[in-house]
Amino acid sequence: MAERRFEIGRIPGFATVAVATFVMLYLPIATLVAFSFNEGNSIAVWEGLSLHWYREAWDNQAVKDATARSLIIAVCAAVISTTVATMAALGTTRRAKFRGETFIYVAINQPLMVPEIVTAVALMIFFGMIKVATGYQGLGYLILAHSAFCIPFAYLPIRARLEGMDLSLEAAASDLYATPWKTFRHVTLPLLGPGILAGAMLAFVISLDDVIITEFVKSGGQDTLPTYMLGQLRRTMTPEVNAISTALLALTVMLLTAFFLLTRKRD
Amino acid sequence: MTEAVTIEARNAVKAFGQGDHVVRALDDVSIQIRKGEFFTLLGPSGCGKTTLLRLIAGFEMPTSGTILLDGADITELPPNKRPVNTVFQSYALFPHLTVAENVGFGLTMQGRPRAEVTARVAEMLALVKLEAMAGRKVSQLSGGQQQRVALARALAPQPKVLLLDEPLSALDLKLRKEMQVELKRLQTETGITFIFVTHDQEEALTMSDRIGVMSAGKLQQVGSPKDIYTRPVNRFVASFIGETNFLPATVVPGGVRLATGDVVEVAAQARGDVTLTVRPEQVRIVGAGEAGAIAATVKFLVYFGTDTHCHLALADGTEVVARVQSPASGEAGIEAGSAVGLRFASGAAQVLED
Amino acid sequence: MASRAEERMQRQSARNGWLLSLPALGLLLIAALGPLLIIFVYSVLTPGQYGNVVWEFSWDGWVSILFTRDIFDGTLGLADAHLTIFWRSVSLSLMTTLATFALGFPTAWFIATRPPRQRGLWLFLITIPFWTNLLIRTFAINEVIRQEGVLNTFLLWTGVIERPLSIIYTDTAVLIGMAYVYLPLMVLPLFAAIDRFDMRLLEAGYDLYASRWQVLRRVILPIVKPGIVAGSILVFVPSLGAYVTPRVLGGGKNMMIGNFIELQFLAGRNWPLGAALSVTLLLIVTAALLIYVRAANRGSNPHG
Ligand SMILES: Nc1ncnc2c1ncn2[C@@H]1O[C@H](COP(=O)(O)OP(=O)(O)OP(=O)(O)O)[C@@H](O)[C@H]1O
Ligand SMILES: [Mg+2]
Repeated sequence: MAERRFEIGRIPGFATVAVATFVMLYLPIATLVAFSFNEGNSIAVWEGLSLHWYREAWDNQAVKDATARSLIIAVCAAVISTTVATMAALGTTRRAKFRGETFIYVAINQPLMVPEIVTAVALMIFFGMIKVATGYQGLGYLILAHSAFCIPFAYLPIRARLEGMDLSLEAAASDLYATPWKTFRHVTLPLLGPGILAGAMLAFVISLDDVIITEFVKSGGQDTLPTYMLGQLRRTMTPEVNAISTALLALTVMLLTAFFLLTRKRD
Repeated sequence: MTEAVTIEARNAVKAFGQGDHVVRALDDVSIQIRKGEFFTLLGPSGCGKTTLLRLIAGFEMPTSGTILLDGADITELPPNKRPVNTVFQSYALFPHLTVAENVGFGLTMQGRPRAEVTARVAEMLALVKLEAMAGRKVSQLSGGQQQRVALARALAPQPKVLLLDEPLSALDLKLRKEMQVELKRLQTETGITFIFVTHDQEEALTMSDRIGVMSAGKLQQVGSPKDIYTRPVNRFVASFIGETNFLPATVVPGGVRLATGDVVEVAAQARGDVTLTVRPEQVRIVGAGEAGAIAATVKFLVYFGTDTHCHLALADGTEVVARVQSPASGEAGIEAGSAVGLRFASGAAQVLED
Repeated sequence: MASRAEERMQRQSARNGWLLSLPALGLLLIAALGPLLIIFVYSVLTPGQYGNVVWEFSWDGWVSILFTRDIFDGTLGLADAHLTIFWRSVSLSLMTTLATFALGFPTAWFIATRPPRQRGLWLFLITIPFWTNLLIRTFAINEVIRQEGVLNTFLLWTGVIERPLSIIYTDTAVLIGMAYVYLPLMVLPLFAAIDRFDMRLLEAGYDLYASRWQVLRRVILPIVKPGIVAGSILVFVPSLGAYVTPRVLGGGKNMMIGNFIELQFLAGRNWPLGAALSVTLLLIVTAALLIYVRAANRGSNPHG
């Protein structure tokens, strides 16, 4: 029989609860993924393996449109939010602390703190007024709203990267006759690259996942994938929703893996 | 013959912080550094060495005072417009560039033609013996190699002055010794003015043409290594560089009188109470009761190999250390507890005012 | 004290800092921060006939959070329906916090005591659900607990039950769902706190005759308290404002504040009431965050 050692970090029952938690965490997701490959149209009774529902979703014009819309919005929001977040991160690090810096920091992180439903309602009213005033009903509102709430997600990894960067590198560049712009172009930006990419990926994922703000801000016929899925709730659910979810899930996991590899490898 | 001055600081003051928390990192420092010399700034941690270098490089602006380069005021010139380059303590090599790109960075930024950059980079890499590493990323180099790249990079644009902030502190002892020789060679070969920062007194003494000793933001003494060692101007300099004895004394005609009543012949401009300083190796141990010798008792001995440190006490209890050659085996040496006499080598004792 | 050149540099640096932050601030102002101010204004206007508002000042939005006006005689009475919703929101959020803590603490401890090489993987397993679409996770749990869902199918098949359990569209369903989706928010800060915990303190505890339980209660919990506070706030705050989970799992009737706010706007019933509710939610959340900031500050110098 194995010798029982007194393990210092062990607390009886904790490992069991932990493993059970992991199982509970993944079982529903696994089920969701499994039934996306179901032959029949039940999301509880297994009727055989097939890609039927992926084909179904692929052929569904509404799903195609929603996917395109989701991607357009997420790409625009990621680009815009990452650009402004990079500038803000450069503005709030690597210089002596200035008055208002804390204010800027809090303002940028504000979307993380306000309940999304409140922002959603506020945007619905505000953009509603603009829609009436200008007559413009396009995707611009969604892009604008997504860009705004993605800012903190882009800002935080970029800022972290900047703070971990050796200040003397930029000093060295300016010592070697680089103008401030050339220093930025040849030293700061290349070193910041992975941070910016990581920030953009997070922003993309966050935008792609958004339900509430999109639901309230969108004009008629502007469903994104998540709001389309939410709409399916009213009908009998088929594994089509599972297929869409699984595809989204795969995309997220891919981006996240890339994100972790990017942020981990800093030399 | 007056030697040309390259870098000059006039009444440079640098204060950090505000209100009650002002730190005067530099407190009215005036210094002239000559063309082509190897000048070392020496002082304890936090005395303002880095701050002075940063003012010269242009990373920081003085709170008051001016910095001159070849007689021209460069106080407000940004670092990229000064023909002054720095070797950083952490090297600050660009991790995303190769060795060759690092070395060529300054020349590229100056807009020199590609061919000239390539040629100069090759020349610099040869100078620091790193030709084989040109295509590597800097993260693939050892500490000593990175150090050489940093040197080559800073020397490549042929600056008028090279600033080196503790460039050797990250290296182990053996590499350090090698690089000391290497640095000296580079300085002689290029003829560039080096301003070198260290808090290793031995390094300062062996490498420098002149040394500036700093303490608490003030320049205490500037002079050749020999000057600084043999003629320290105050107690701080005397104790910071090398080991020394301090003996309380009073000025009398022709010399000073120790607390024991013995009179030591020495030139003294001051009056009243002073401190007499003498290096341990300048203290000679003679027989007890020898004429003119100061009576002392041997308290204990510390063996250092070739030398032995004799810790002695004078009649009034003042402690004095003498460094003597260790006796050969079999030979009888001085023993703890014995009564002896002390003499100071002629001209070795010195009067300090504070 | 500072020279003119120094001052000029400082001022320039601060100006550049502001200039660089300006685009982000501007975007946030028009699409996040600014519109919040409108909510405050709308909460003191008069409801319009078909939704929206009439620009006339009125406290009615605020009053109707707690009271209803009798349609016939105009007297005020407590709005029971509203109180039920508040009560449900607060109690479900608290229970969610407790449930996630009960599961999350052992999990975080488990991850933190893995060998360093494994730790990253376990942590990654927690982070994936964290970044996965909340709606997808809610759907996943929905498919498990619904009437003809996986759980019931399985239990019926094994014969443990004879009739399907009715979990879906109850408060329990919402609780299960929220605990499921917010669990990573509890585990991550707890892990951060436990990871910093010096395991030698346990040795000291056991050395001084404490039992495992006493060590847990007297040594571990007090020291990782900042992590517990952080995790609790991170779970409580979004639970209180939850919208998707109660909508999917609670059906139409088991509303929480978030759904109730939506109802005021989308069903076009009472915009000022919706706005007042939003402001209330915002204030509660702000209060919770302030508690968190204070606790976190205290936590940063535990021996001070
Ligand atoms: N940016 C700064 N802000 C505030 N105080 C500073 C700053 N830079 C330096 N100081 C202070 O100025 C004093 C001198 O610092 P400096 O770096 O010049 O010392 P040093 O002689 O180089 O020391 P070391 O040998 O440790 O490198 C120190 O007291 C330091 O704390
Ligand atoms: Mg220094």
